[in-house]
Amino acid sequence: MTAALQFRNLTLGYDRHPAVHHLDGAVESGALVAVVGPNGAGKSTLFKGIVGVLKPLAGRIERGDLNPQNIAYLPQAAEIDRTFPINVYDMVAMGLWRRTGSFGGIDRAARASVERAIAAVGLTGFEDRAISTLSGGQMQRMLFARLLLQDARVIVLDEPFNAVDAKTSADLFDLVRRWHGERRTVLTAMHDLDFVRANFPETLLLAREPVAWGRTASVLTPENLLTARRMCEAFDQDAALCADEQASSLPPSGEAAAAGRRVHEHGVPTRD
Amino acid sequence: MLNDIFIAPFTEFEFMRRALAGALALALGAGPIGVFLMLRRMSLVGDAMAHAILPGAAVGFLLSGLSLFAMTAGGLIAGFVVALLTGLVARTTELKEDAALATFYLLSLAVGVTIISLKGTNIDLLHVLFGNVLALDDQTLLLIAANATITLIVLALIYRPLVIECVDPGFMRTVSSAGGPAHLAFLVLVVVNLVSGFHALGTLLAVGIMMLPAAIGRFWARDTTLMILIATASGVVAGYAGLLISFHSGVASGPAIILIAGALYLTSLLFGRVGGLVRQAFPGRHLEA
Repeated sequence: MTAALQFRNLTLGYDRHPAVHHLDGAVESGALVAVVGPNGAGKSTLFKGIVGVLKPLAGRIERGDLNPQNIAYLPQAAEIDRTFPINVYDMVAMGLWRRTGSFGGIDRAARASVERAIAAVGLTGFEDRAISTLSGGQMQRMLFARLLLQDARVIVLDEPFNAVDAKTSADLFDLVRRWHGERRTVLTAMHDLDFVRANFPETLLLAREPVAWGRTASVLTPENLLTARRMCEAFDQDAALCADEQASSLPPSGEAAAAGRRVHEHGVPTRD
Repeated sequence: MLNDIFIAPFTEFEFMRRALAGALALALGAGPIGVFLMLRRMSLVGDAMAHAILPGAAVGFLLSGLSLFAMTAGGLIAGFVVALLTGLVARTTELKEDAALATFYLLSLAVGVTIISLKGTNIDLLHVLFGNVLALDDQTLLLIAANATITLIVLALIYRPLVIECVDPGFMRTVSSAGGPAHLAFLVLVVVNLVSGFHALGTLLAVGIMMLPAAIGRFWARDTTLMILIATASGVVAGYAGLLISFHSGVASGPAIILIAGALYLTSLLFGRVGGLVRQAFPGRHLEA
């Protein structure tokens, strides 16, 4: 087994405040991983780091021979301008970007693949509909069709089944399963723990710092979930410098400890 | 009779032929640019950018009189500097595009006014403010035509990334880094077209031949391509009809062109197929599915 993604002491965040803190570990090629954690746990931040739109504050992400642009990404709240005059077909065809770039033509084979992708998500007949006329579920189906066309080896889905009905999420999860069957690597941020237990072999429980990572059954234990909830408090405006960085760049400061601030453990997450 | 009204002015007078060529070339470039400005919710950016160009053109005018080259170069430089700084600040800091543009175009205006006041000359900037489509010389006409050509070619080159960047900037960022350069190239085209426009219509009305046709297009088309075609066509019609009205009635040609575009716009606003007011008031009975 080779690693598709390798996190090395990865810290991601905003304005120097970490949102994902000291993450170590590897996502095996072909793995189907649920990323679980309370709101604010850093799931979306981790995904932005993986696709390269957010630069690490420290540490790094190794993607092997993959370019970040070859990782397909479905953000939680896509910044789509729904009033833009474009139809479903053209929107889905954007998934061909890696093959066509700015200038490449879309030949008959490519057109057929667009139609197949639209059919796979059950939107046949919607090709000419303007995206402004789609419902939330149809929108999500369309975005999955675009993901299908992207034909990426690593696919990152940020809470893809929020705000869609059971039928739609079942249909769309079938596609995720298909990707898993095709040995693609899929990471999915999820809130529905029962669904994760039933469908995902591997889980990463995140609470800014990794709480546990491994087989789903051994990660989603009541103790781990409680730990995650406790660890995920609001971010401290006046947080001290991270002890790791302090040790290397500054003399140790007694003040932070005296003020009772939590100096976190930099343990390696439990993996089994 | 019809010939006298609709064709003779152009066959008999050279200045009318030149004006028509200039107006048509202007409409060809400005139509698609206006549509993208509108779709990106940047309709007023054209106006702000026109203000940014004005000082540059004025400085050119100040340094070498009513010289096409100096005024064009001044306008282009001022416009490019403002467009590039705006793009950079909007992409790298918390300031959004509108705020970044506002700061830089106001600075450009202030610098321009300062330079002019230092020189202490009382120059006639009416030409820059209102232009004169009836007095286009060969050079200016070539400049406008060249700008329209460049606009259409560059737009064809950046069309795909520009559209994706408009609809789904997040997706564009993850698949390619072409979105940023495409956006900057687009801003440069906006400047180029405004500089074209100010020779014919003046800096203030130049925005009109971009935005009015675009708004007209929005009322008739549901897809981008058709919208661009309709916008360009209505710009062409406004240019032709405006010149005719100006010729026969003696009103100033620039405002006449914009007013015709305005009349087309009001008609579209009322009767437009996509979201026109009459259509909204009387939508007809609902369908079965």
